[in-house]
Amino acid sequence: MRDFSYLVARDPAGAVAALGEPGTMAIAGGTELLNWMRLGISAPARLVDIGRLPGQIELQGNRLKIGAGATLSDVGENAIVRQHARVLADACLKAASAQVRNRATLGGNILQKTRCAYFRSEAPLPWGCNKREPGSGCAARHGLNERHAILGWTDACVATMPSDPAVALSCLDAELEIIGSKGRRIIPITEFHFTQAEAVANGDDPAVTETQLEPDELIAAYYLPLRGQERSAYIKVRERESFEYALVSAAAALQLDGGVIRSARVALGSVAQKPWRLFRAETALAGKAPTREAVLPPIRAALAEARPLEHNAYKVEMAANAAMRAVLAAGGQA
Amino acid sequence: MSPDLSRRQFLEASAAAAAAASVPGTAAGRENATATNTSVDFLLNGERREVTVEPRVSLLDLLRERLSLTGTKKGCNEGGCGACTVLIDGKRMNACLVLAVQCAGREVVTIEGIAGPDGGLHPIQQAFIDNDAFQCGYCTPGQVVSAVACISEGHATDEATVREWMSGNICRCSAYPQITAAVLDARQRMERA
Repeated sequence: MRDFSYLVARDPAGAVAALGEPGTMAIAGGTELLNWMRLGISAPARLVDIGRLPGQIELQGNRLKIGAGATLSDVGENAIVRQHARVLADACLKAASAQVRNRATLGGNILQKTRCAYFRSEAPLPWGCNKREPGSGCAARHGLNERHAILGWTDACVATMPSDPAVALSCLDAELEIIGSKGRRIIPITEFHFTQAEAVANGDDPAVTETQLEPDELIAAYYLPLRGQERSAYIKVRERESFEYALVSAAAALQLDGGVIRSARVALGSVAQKPWRLFRAETALAGKAPTREAVLPPIRAALAEARPLEHNAYKVEMAANAAMRAVLAAGGQA
Repeated sequence: MSPDLSRRQFLEASAAAAAAASVPGTAAGRENATATNTSVDFLLNGERREVTVEPRVSLLDLLRERLSLTGTKKGCNEGGCGACTVLIDGKRMNACLVLAVQCAGREVVTIEGIAGPDGGLHPIQQAFIDNDAFQCGYCTPGQVVSAVACISEGHATDEATVREWMSGNICRCSAYPQITAAVLDARQRMERA
């Protein structure tokens, strides 16, 4: 790893000021960034440590505020989160390992990059990767793509974004507070990440532009709107029982009325480069009983637009089942 | 070879002598002073330490290469195996994913700090021995430190929970059943004490 200079930000304004200098990146838990630097994905000349930035978790009326500095352990074990946003707590505790969770922050977690093996290799790469070297091609497009996207991909890049908390936050319609040199803005998390197709539609490089975050910006906090009597659940399907990324995952949040779904929000993970909300299924689920027979058909219909690659067709059915299980788990909570 | 010279010191001295012999004018073992060197003040196994390091040095490399505390192991250097598990302010973390400079003002405990000041084994260490919880021993320091935290977190309740909460420590020799038993055994011993 090349050497770099290091400074500690005392407050958010100081962090933003430091990021204004080119070649500067922020480090919090370091559980992604240090690996990026060791693989040659990033090579900042300077790191500003934002580890002291706020990570408080507090109820503010009918919304839950979580500072971006909160660790996955903090969030997953917090009584307020477990009571009001169970899907987020579960997603945090199913992520990574205890050691990583004690370090990884919720702000950094949704900025993590794909686990695509072609991407995650040490430079110099013996194959094409448009993220690592724009224009070099995408080895996964017709390569070993069992773990790659079934939605939102383009020929330039077929990566997924593997964060568990992001799926829960999307399901809960969380908002992000972003701070930067141009000030403060609040955006829905559903608009924060881009699929490759969305990047193209925005006029950006589909392999390179993954989020809205500008180089001099930081995620400061999350705001979760709390809906009364909402139950939620997270399902993570993976080959190992623990300390493993998802093949597919699903987050569901329901409001029930006399045993029938009044409203539902469902998000899929690891099927695209952003959490994938099943908006059409959500509309169709209103008025249905939370049973397998009632829930699975609308979910399957919402996945009709999936475009599997050569080796990941299994994800379509697996994702539908995971979404159904998440809805049933949310519906069955006491 | 002198019994006071460690194997590591011998190898380093031999390499330095060879390098000095082949490149005239080179001072073997000279430290590179760069403009980015940073002073770090922290507690290590109960002792106050101050070191000057380049920011890119991981806590793991600081412990092993500079401070000769080689109990903490480098297994994957990417946070995936847990062999480098240490406690920072009482929480278990992978030392490979912590920069040394990020330890300023913190309390770090390594495997070398687990046994008692008189050298007496921690109940967890004794439980690992009594339950045959290691074969090659390479993952063991990380397992022991992780187990200390697992128990103090209150997660050593039953077999399934221990397996889940110790999942950040990989064992290639597959001593998992014995490690699990050792963690549960250790918790009971510590409660009785």
